[in-house]
Amino acid sequence: MMVGGPSRQGYAGAGRPWTFYALATLFGLFLLFLYGPMLVMYVLSFQGPNGGVTFPMVGFSFVWFEDILKRGQMANIPPAFFRSIELAAVVSLLTVVIAVAAGLGFRRRFPGSGVLFYLAVSSLVMPSLLVGFGIGLGFKALGIEPSLFTSALGAQLTWTLPFGLFAMFAVVNRFNRSYEEAANDLGASPWQRFRYVTLPILLPGIIGVGMGAFTLSYDEYARTTLVIGQRNTLPLEIYALISSATSPTLFAIGTATTAISFLIIGLTLWRVFSIQKRRAGAAA
Amino acid sequence: MTIVTTAPHLDDLRADPRFDVELVAVTKRYDKVVAVDAVSLRIPRGTYCCLLGPSGCGKTSTLRMIAGHEHITEGDVLIRDRNVTELPPARRGTAMMFQSYALFPHLSCLDNVAFSLKMRGVAKVERHRRAREFLALVEMTEFADRLPAQLSGGQQQRIALARSLITEPQVLLLDEPLSALDPFLRIRMREELKRLQRRLGISFIHVTHSQDEAMALSDLMVVMDQGRIQQAGTPREIFETPATAFVARFIGGHNVITTHSGSFAVRADRCRIGLPQQGPHVSGKVAAVEYQGTVVRVALETASGEQAAALLPDNAFFAEPVQPGDPATFIWSDADAHRLEMGA
Repeated sequence: MMVGGPSRQGYAGAGRPWTFYALATLFGLFLLFLYGPMLVMYVLSFQGPNGGVTFPMVGFSFVWFEDILKRGQMANIPPAFFRSIELAAVVSLLTVVIAVAAGLGFRRRFPGSGVLFYLAVSSLVMPSLLVGFGIGLGFKALGIEPSLFTSALGAQLTWTLPFGLFAMFAVVNRFNRSYEEAANDLGASPWQRFRYVTLPILLPGIIGVGMGAFTLSYDEYARTTLVIGQRNTLPLEIYALISSATSPTLFAIGTATTAISFLIIGLTLWRVFSIQKRRAGAAA
Repeated sequence: MTIVTTAPHLDDLRADPRFDVELVAVTKRYDKVVAVDAVSLRIPRGTYCCLLGPSGCGKTSTLRMIAGHEHITEGDVLIRDRNVTELPPARRGTAMMFQSYALFPHLSCLDNVAFSLKMRGVAKVERHRRAREFLALVEMTEFADRLPAQLSGGQQQRIALARSLITEPQVLLLDEPLSALDPFLRIRMREELKRLQRRLGISFIHVTHSQDEAMALSDLMVVMDQGRIQQAGTPREIFETPATAFVARFIGGHNVITTHSGSFAVRADRCRIGLPQQGPHVSGKVAAVEYQGTVVRVALETASGEQAAALLPDNAFFAEPVQPGDPATFIWSDADAHRLEMGA
């Protein structure tokens, strides 16, 4: 103790190196840059009735939230929101089903697997606006009216599928194949093996992929804008509003949609955990 | 040889087969690499058999071919006179315990053990009752509701054992079952494995790279190298009469001496320090001296760079101690020199 004490104390007394403070400051600035504008928006959405789109706050009110639901300029926001949610749910479901199947399939090398993989992910590097433009032209050439669950769905899948595939590969790579061999050893049929072993073990990763796809779809703009047809999704609707209206209503829309998306994500996670808990408890 | 093409029902004809497992020229090739090269082996009823060898010797591939997790390139595997070569794992009468146990992380211990019954459609009450019996067999009753992640390595191994045994296998296959445990637990679990095997009366085939483990457990010890069986026999047969230089070196405790008339093995504990004129000997410089309690290990390096070692009783060593760098000669009696086969 006597020997170790002073030198150790001396080391601790030297404190953290200056680089720690430099990097901490940098990280702090980054966080400010990342979340600052959003925080400003959330705060300003509670602006008083006589306030504007900038500080200072002139009182506190919910009038801008009420504005969303009023007839008038904002009338399209609620239906656009529900369209976005519906589309995101379908996109997310399709992405999960296809990515899980592909992720499991790609564990085995097969002739052409390399080419197939690059074909599948190459749409990530294509300019998104052009992808949408191409799909729009294609629909026009075929004489099909673009709409939410045809052209817009397809355009969004060109974005979420490669993402889902990449994420699923990472999930599947960490999956130990001996679980499946153990299932075989214990007499599981291929379907039972998938249903009772592979799927439950991969489930947390699969939900991650699903939520990722949901989020990508929910705020997708560039690919969707040229193929949406008559009725807009929420990001398109908001973009249209930004160019025409400037009032704290825009901020209120932002706050409300953020709250609702957090609510949806929270409920999903809560349900998943409670299922898992019940499953763990079912043995008791 | 009576093993010819066997119909699946042959075990009905012969009520009491002599062997639990027979391998007939079993070969495994990956592209052009031969992992297992025409291995033949017969494992009598109720045998604790260890497949021993360095990594890459083909022991795990052999085990996996018996289990049905690896396709057999050529040859046949018979279990109790039944040719299982083309059967899926669950229909072979084997059960496998995996190296990392592969317990299903999302299922409780009880549901892990009951898994095979669930797959067969056994009702929940019945399968849980049976699973509890097997948890009791491995003394894990109180852990029924835990998840595998909440157990220690030794406890996980017991659950894995129970999960395998509930399928009532004729042969239990264990892939390096003790390698994940700390040394103390390893010795305790290997005693338990042996006890369990005796109690159940079925054959265990246990893959390991530890000669201590194989010596301690085996009724039949199979030393493998480069995809072939180098020697199979009781641990005592193998230790006293190693067939090849590889076997002598791999099981340890032996010096392999090469002379113009061939190679032979001399046990290190039969070597003494003496003088060249006293008989067969090897001379060189002491390379190292290790005190090991009951014995002192003296390592010798000859002028031509060959290594030898002697395990001397501590009192004999300290009566005439040597230091690293000293010239020394190991001597032994002719009766202790065991001639080795040439070849691989």
